[in-house]
Amino acid sequence: MSKNKYSFVGRDIERVDADVKLLGKAVYGDDLSFADMLYGVMIRSPYPRARIKSIDISAVEDDKDFVRVITASDILGKNGWPVLDDTYPFLVSDIAEFHSQPVAILVAKNNFKARELAKKVNVVCDKLDFNDDIFESMKDKKNIFSNFVVKKGNALEEIKKCEYVVEKEFHTNYQVHSYLEPQVATGVFSDDGTITVYSSTQCPFYILDAVCAVTGFTANKVRIIQTVTGGGFGGKEDVPALVGAHAALASYITRKPVRICYDRAEDFRAMSKRHPSYSKVVYGADKNGRIKACIVKYILDGGAYSTLSPLVLWRGTIHAAGPYDIDNVLIESYAVKTNKVPCGAFRGFGQPQISFSTESLIDDLAEKIGMDPLDFRLKNILKKNSLTATSQKITESIGLSDLIKTVRKNSNWYNRKNLTPSSPNKKRGLGCSIAYYGVGLGAKGKLLDRAGAYLNVYKDGSVCINIGNTEMGQGAFTVLSQIASEMINCPIKNIRFAEVDTSKVPDSGPTVASRTTLMSGNAIIEAAKPIRKNIFKTAYDMLKLSGGKGIMIASDGLFSMGDKVVKFNDVIKECFNKRMKMSEQGWYVSPDTSFNIENGQGEAYIVYSYAANIADVEIDTETGVIDVKKIYSAFDVGRVVNPSLAMGQAQGGVLQGMSWAVYENLVINDGVMKNPGFTDYIVATSLDMPDYDIEFVEKYYSNGPYKAKGLGELPLIAVSGAVRNAVKNAAGIDITYLPLLPEKNLKLIKLRNNNR
Amino acid sequence: MKKSNIKHYKISCQVNGNKFTGYIDPNLRLIDFLRDVLNLKGTKEGCGEGECGACMVLVNGVSVNSCLVMAFSVDGKSIITIEGVDDIKYGKSLKEGFKRKAAVQCGFCTPGFIISASELLEKNPDATEEDIKKALSGNICRCTGYKKIIEAVEWARKNDK
Ligand code: FES
Ligand code: FES
Repeated sequence: MSKNKYSFVGRDIERVDADVKLLGKAVYGDDLSFADMLYGVMIRSPYPRARIKSIDISAVEDDKDFVRVITASDILGKNGWPVLDDTYPFLVSDIAEFHSQPVAILVAKNNFKARELAKKVNVVCDKLDFNDDIFESMKDKKNIFSNFVVKKGNALEEIKKCEYVVEKEFHTNYQVHSYLEPQVATGVFSDDGTITVYSSTQCPFYILDAVCAVTGFTANKVRIIQTVTGGGFGGKEDVPALVGAHAALASYITRKPVRICYDRAEDFRAMSKRHPSYSKVVYGADKNGRIKACIVKYILDGGAYSTLSPLVLWRGTIHAAGPYDIDNVLIESYAVKTNKVPCGAFRGFGQPQISFSTESLIDDLAEKIGMDPLDFRLKNILKKNSLTATSQKITESIGLSDLIKTVRKNSNWYNRKNLTPSSPNKKRGLGCSIAYYGVGLGAKGKLLDRAGAYLNVYKDGSVCINIGNTEMGQGAFTVLSQIASEMINCPIKNIRFAEVDTSKVPDSGPTVASRTTLMSGNAIIEAAKPIRKNIFKTAYDMLKLSGGKGIMIASDGLFSMGDKVVKFNDVIKECFNKRMKMSEQGWYVSPDTSFNIENGQGEAYIVYSYAANIADVEIDTETGVIDVKKIYSAFDVGRVVNPSLAMGQAQGGVLQGMSWAVYENLVINDGVMKNPGFTDYIVATSLDMPDYDIEFVEKYYSNGPYKAKGLGELPLIAVSGAVRNAVKNAAGIDITYLPLLPEKNLKLIKLRNNNR
Repeated sequence: MKKSNIKHYKISCQVNGNKFTGYIDPNLRLIDFLRDVLNLKGTKEGCGEGECGACMVLVNGVSVNSCLVMAFSVDGKSIITIEGVDDIKYGKSLKEGFKRKAAVQCGFCTPGFIISASELLEKNPDATEEDIKKALSGNICRCTGYKKIIEAVEWARKNDK
């Protein structure tokens, strides 16, 4: 740390929201109280597909706590949730397309009662045939939500000339976000004709659009305020808009505050998930071990409505060839409709699934050629001036080869044959994987890639900042406080981030795509620039006036010149005496890129972050149980603004990736979810966690705030591939599916034993 | 459906050192009693089915998932929630440890972890890393990857005054 010239950036500043959370005083969505508040519970489709005829409330209408039921016919605005398209109705008016789709809202006087009553409401409907299979579904073109192509060179021709060719099909299952705070929103209609929605969300502006749509209100009469949010991981990107719209509608109709707070089973059944996927990948290399061609077919099971599937698919498609320098690439991808819960955003956004496939197959290709998998990767990775699959030239900030060397050293890779398993029936091995991640929304989400910030310095030296991106646990407010402090040389404790409120900041797009440090950070810098000028000029004048000599140094909230020192707060007082403008708005728009959607060629993203992982894994050959002992990772995310928070986010991401790979197994049979809860859907606990050995390699990005890129999603993306490759190296089995469930692994072990 | 006709059930208990005596609905879960009757919102409901530990509180020094316990069953007992942990052994140092070790992210799981960690350290002041992992395995954290939480508990174990 000694080289760090900054007072705040690059330092382990304690979280600005730690104290309030530790006191139990942070106000999450269900902690707010309003007088006369009512509770809404969703009435949902009982079948995977059904024609809804009516809602029978005869069993509940006389209950003293029953208020009313709200159905599609009560919607004042448009019955279509605006999320890319607007085919997903807020409430079903005709045909429900998945089990648990919202059909009506039951409103009652208390939460417990609302749930009891909701169970007695009868959805009168006809059960219809449904389809839960992507291949069946694809036969009909209209079931394809979107499809993309990336075409570079001529992969179909070149693959024929390759000395070594590998080809495999892969399947991955759902992942449930399992944010610890379930979905919750409160709608508050007020007599002045406005509606405020308090929501646990990553994307307040998506809710704004949804509330305007469902109520018919104009945007200036709707306010969305983010409550302290108990985790998101993508699961609070789009779907909170549905919850918020329902709460707003119910409040408008009943003229009372209405809270809708999901229980865990409902959250499982109805909220978005990581898409299950199918992929078929072919790689070909020449006799020297250079990859010459890559062909990918990638299909996501979108569920019943398109929602964010096109964007998820697009990101997956762009990255589908892996972080390799390959002249000939052909990627075709599809998001397909099925009568199941709609899938959407989840940390990694369509990349982890295809990364599992490609990193598995790259390892197999190295094996076939007879090369060390790390050397093989080093030979083929993207380097400075390489062209990506979309022919985008990587011009700066690329640490991939350093990352691979870092994990190779940390894991003692060359000594791996000497690792001993903990008991004779177990096998142990190391496996590796790498990834890249385009930071921000990319060419396809370009229109949303801007952010605003409002920075207000008060005369007592305190500072309030409003931004349009959210804190959901990742540490945004702390990291952005550091950036603001660094800009105006203000003590961290002087800064407060206001809760995100759509009436106070311009639409800053979603808090997704690992874009917040970059986008809101740059917006804050823009806002801070003129204020910094005022503060620094005033401090300089004050120091000069008091007889200071030499140059001025600003650090840690103090300004000094020779032996003279002034404090930040005193400088601010003087700025106000001089009637300087001490509040500013900042606006940052991501650099323009050019991209051709027809052939998938061009600048897909403004910059990329990179990852390398090595997993140390043991498999029990009698039970098939996998134990991930340790994961070595190295990440290049540009400058690390807060090392300790970055480490926490990275560890959490690695574990989420491992948990998806090894434990998490959502079962949907005949369109009905069988394990909607933590009892049977297993997520990793403290007993399952591996040791982490994580290192950051900082390759600065010139357009980033203090040269930072983005971190949030990267740690998760390629973990599954490293685990799979380690199991392969340990037990010699060829896994092509996720999760790596013991019974399936065991089958492969038996198969292998029989073939010997 | 026939529910119990007794509308009110008298209990008296201590919550964070304060006496409560009053009538409650016998259908009330402990978590609802704490959050809705006593307005102690620090205890969180993550699953309502005893699987996540976000709702953990101490009842007579033993950690329980307050979503699984009926409120009337704490009659005559003493309860500690996150709002009251400063007054129990290891409470303050656990909070300090969580802050120093950056073990708080979204924070929704934090109250539950602090409760179960305080119970562990009270019972076993020499808890090893393995002991801590075991003791915390009934609490889910989806943000941190657990490592920093374990470090925080170790810090508290070493630095409690
Ligand atoms: S809410 Fe009680 S264990 Fe999850
Ligand atoms: S900090 Fe978010 S669940 Fe633990």
